[in-house]
Amino acid sequence: MRTLLLRSLFLRAVTVPAPRPDASPPPAEEAILAELGKALEVRTRRLFGRSITIREVDAGSCNGCELEIHALNNAVYDVERFGIKFAASPRHADVLLVTGPVTHNMRVALERTYAATPDPKWVVAVGDCAAGCGVFAESYATVGSVEKVVPVDLVIKGCPPKPIDLVKGLLELMDRATAKPAAKPPDQPAAQA
Amino acid sequence: MSERLAKLIAEQTPVAGHRPWPRYEVDQAGWIVAAQALGEGGGDLLGLWGEKDFVHLALRVAGAATPCVISYRVKSADFPSVGRYHAPALRLERAVRDLYGHAPFSSPDRRPWLDHGAWGLRAPLGPRAPSLRRDPAAYDFLPALGEGLHQIPVGPVHAGIIEPGHFRFSVNGEIVARLEERLGYVHKGIDGLLTDTDMERASRVVARISGGSTVAYSFAFARAVEEALQIDPPPRAKILRGVMAEIERIANHLGDIGAICNDASFSLIHAHCGIFRERVLAAADRAFGHRLMMDRIVPGGTEDAGLGASRALQLMLDEIEKPFAEIVRLYDDTPSLQDRTCNTGVVSKELVEKWAAGGHVGRASGRNFDTRRDFPYAPYHDTHFDVPVFTAGDVDARVWVRICEIEQSIVLLRRWLANLPPGPARVELPNGTGEGIAMTEAFRGDVLVWVRVEGGRIARAHARDASWFQWPLLEAAIENNIVADFPLCNKSFNCSYSGHDL
Repeated sequence: MRTLLLRSLFLRAVTVPAPRPDASPPPAEEAILAELGKALEVRTRRLFGRSITIREVDAGSCNGCELEIHALNNAVYDVERFGIKFAASPRHADVLLVTGPVTHNMRVALERTYAATPDPKWVVAVGDCAAGCGVFAESYATVGSVEKVVPVDLVIKGCPPKPIDLVKGLLELMDRATAKPAAKPPDQPAAQA
Repeated sequence: MSERLAKLIAEQTPVAGHRPWPRYEVDQAGWIVAAQALGEGGGDLLGLWGEKDFVHLALRVAGAATPCVISYRVKSADFPSVGRYHAPALRLERAVRDLYGHAPFSSPDRRPWLDHGAWGLRAPLGPRAPSLRRDPAAYDFLPALGEGLHQIPVGPVHAGIIEPGHFRFSVNGEIVARLEERLGYVHKGIDGLLTDTDMERASRVVARISGGSTVAYSFAFARAVEEALQIDPPPRAKILRGVMAEIERIANHLGDIGAICNDASFSLIHAHCGIFRERVLAAADRAFGHRLMMDRIVPGGTEDAGLGASRALQLMLDEIEKPFAEIVRLYDDTPSLQDRTCNTGVVSKELVEKWAAGGHVGRASGRNFDTRRDFPYAPYHDTHFDVPVFTAGDVDARVWVRICEIEQSIVLLRRWLANLPPGPARVELPNGTGEGIAMTEAFRGDVLVWVRVEGGRIARAHARDASWFQWPLLEAAIENNIVADFPLCNKSFNCSYSGHDL
């Protein structure tokens, strides 16, 4: 193990540079991530001091989105360098990252998780199911997209979205949040379908 | 008893148009014989599912090479309970009753399973009767009585980035006296979505039953449809399917090995495995245009691989093979880590045999079964690979099964990638009619898919995840372990919630 650790000290970081926010020419992904990371860090600091904390909620996903959200924490994407970290409890969270077509069986749990998250808070719907119920629409068992249960601030599409798209999405959220910090009325689920 | 079952089967005429295993329609007595035979160890339960007027039971009679399906026409909304004789059928029967309203007659467990009282409907795929919504927390957990016992409820929203489910621990100090699972939170109505639908939509739903096993599900579904329609996919498709299935296995096993070590607070291996996994997924993206290879396998073949796919994948294997071996040595040389994984979460051979548990859960406890070898299918049928089997049944053994499987998958991939057959990767599907069944080996174990195709449409399809027969064993594995070892045990199983909840 010592040789492994020692060698790691002299290796270049495997972490990809940050992506650029716009969709314009997607040159070497590696080249853009650094720039985006810096921008993200500036905004995060302005708003939250140093960081935002995310609570992930699977409200019915196939687990595909979770696998890609997981990747945000690996050494390649490493979102902690931007001040973004994941918390075990909604009590510690600023952002709920919600996946899946919300199932009827998860609806109450999602509502309670939202209620347990202190203001100011933001909800990001991740994946095509969370955005528009995906292939699971028209089922007796699904409520539908996340916004039918809790107010959604941002949608990140993809089936599942790539980790790089998730990073881009979080930047967009920071942009919007800076524009209207905590202007929402507290705790009002958008629609009771 | 298995002789009685074998005799019963021998006397039946198979239902026409069901391939490749025979399907028999039996009366009540025949159904009970099958249930009793399973209960007495006369065979493996492979699946139990419902449709409007039937319940179906897929099983392999002990010693028989080919499994079969047994169907019972439901009379006055009930059928004789199989779970009464054979416990592994219990949750499957509860699911059938929740969805179709067919009640397992004289079942010892009458509690609902997938129905949490939130649908506003009773038996949504059967009589579809309106029903009042219940408090989702109202559920009769089995009692655990004793001095000093207390309960720890966990979930459905868990601490990590994982799927939702509820675990109810009854503990005495640090020791777990009983764990009871309550699942069904991510029930999306997949059986309903796979009833009377077109082929394309069904394929997309099947690919999203369990995201991490999307290749294995699409693979099983495609093979089942191809059996039903009696078509043969092109040689290139067969190899590409194997390539995708093995990449999926490697990626998931890497993630699991890392996560298990992380749950034992050994983050170095987790960090390295995370990098390897990322390399695998990035190569899959380059080769097939999707990191998880979703929707790439379809009935009739596959979406073709991109230009340079084979080279991109070979480079990836070159890149990870040696560093991975080094990480394996690190795992093997770290006693403080093995102190956590060895003798933790032991599952006995009796239990994995009784539950016919597949994948790393079965093979870590001495059940020598792998769908790829034992119910062979292309491209595995004419190539050699080792099936690692361990007997300790603990977390460590489940890690080793994964390590050895990654090594075998790399061998298979190199063999196939060196000789990718040219030609088309897909054929048109005819508008045929028939029934098909197929099992593939996902990274968790065997996935079973059954379909009935009518005029080129999916009349009914059902998928059964390996986790159905692994979740109950997790309850056994954690017994008498400490609460703090639960994440470790759970991760070493890594059962699917979505694949189970459907």
